[in-house]
Amino acid sequence: MIRWLQGLGAWTLARMARLGRASLFLLRVLAGLPGLLARFRLLVHQLYSVGVLSLVIIVVSGIFVGMVLGLQGHNTLVDFGAEDSLGTLVALSLTRELGPVVTALLFAGRAGSALTAEIGLMKATEQLSSMEMMAVDPHRRVVAPRLAAGVIAMPLLSAIFTLLGILSAYVVGTELLGVDAGAYWSQMQANVSFYDDIASGIIKSLVFGVVASWIAVFEGFDCMPTSEGVSRATTHTVVNTSLAVLGLDFILTALMFD
Amino acid sequence: MDKTRAIEIAVGLFVVAGLAALTVLAMRVSNITAFQTTEGYTVIGHFRNVGGLREGAPVKMGGVQVGRVSGISLDTDTYEARVELTIDSRFDDLPMDTSASVLTSGLLGEQYVGLEAGGMPTALQPGDELMLTQSAIVLEKIIGQFLYNKASGSDSGSDGGTEGK
Repeated sequence: MIRWLQGLGAWTLARMARLGRASLFLLRVLAGLPGLLARFRLLVHQLYSVGVLSLVIIVVSGIFVGMVLGLQGHNTLVDFGAEDSLGTLVALSLTRELGPVVTALLFAGRAGSALTAEIGLMKATEQLSSMEMMAVDPHRRVVAPRLAAGVIAMPLLSAIFTLLGILSAYVVGTELLGVDAGAYWSQMQANVSFYDDIASGIIKSLVFGVVASWIAVFEGFDCMPTSEGVSRATTHTVVNTSLAVLGLDFILTALMFD
Repeated sequence: MDKTRAIEIAVGLFVVAGLAALTVLAMRVSNITAFQTTEGYTVIGHFRNVGGLREGAPVKMGGVQVGRVSGISLDTDTYEARVELTIDSRFDDLPMDTSASVLTSGLLGEQYVGLEAGGMPTALQPGDELMLTQSAIVLEKIIGQFLYNKASGSDSGSDGGTEGK
């Protein structure tokens, strides 16, 4: 019994210590963000690897999610003779939920894992320590541009995902299933508001951008500098980011759409 | 150096694509400013009540779409709704006495304007006003009327249990 209690205490302490390390780490990285303006090229390179290289999976998933939404939505709505509302259904589900959340999940798998592995490997091969030896702060040189790039890229990716989803649902709905094209857009425009739906979707994806990039860079930075440690950290990134995104999504939705 | 340039161009394209997607979402999906153009001519109908009719709703004749609702405003002289109907220029010989009514497609469907051709030989001209219009059916009013009729019709009957026979 005592043993069990001791184990629980140790586990809790380890968690809390890790959370504290992560917060201090985030503060140090945030302090390094202003310096990024002077070295803009670093940010551009990270935007390339985090944003541009994620485009393929975002574009393809956006198109297919939209097409499936169009088909399933139409199947349900047609029973009520309300298939003209397909545009509203698709646009609201994409702008409010699916756009930010699915983008964040894909981002964790595509870009977050790569960030963790990259930084973890830098640590394992002692590149980070050698930077410190040369009086280069790896928080500023390595982590800050990656975090900033993730935060910038996420809303853009989410917007692209959402738009492609709406367009592909439009194609499926009007070309395949015979929904009136004008009704698709006019119902959508009448029921989607910029501030309530699109802006809150953007806020969500910004929050997810911060969380996903933070977890990814911290897992990499905090990993055991062995090949096993790096692989475990990469797995942790994907799992933790997915859980954090889904949990936060509930909280944000409850706050925004009460 | 060439590779750096390619990366920078790709990032530029990515940012532009993302911002463009945001703009389209704002403009086209939530319709901050409507920018839809329909080719055709515009006629005007005055309705006492347009119900849930919206701009961009279809205008149909015999079930076939012939145009779109391009504007809804309140006529402050008569306090009636002034609906602008943009009719496709292919249908430019509709009779003068064409009538318009606000209809609903299906029980929960979208509202649209249904046109019914009259018999006059002269054709509608751009800017003309439709002479005969029929307002949207407001469900609450009908239910209210129904209940009123029911109540006034059965006041001689007993309070309960008249259903069984």
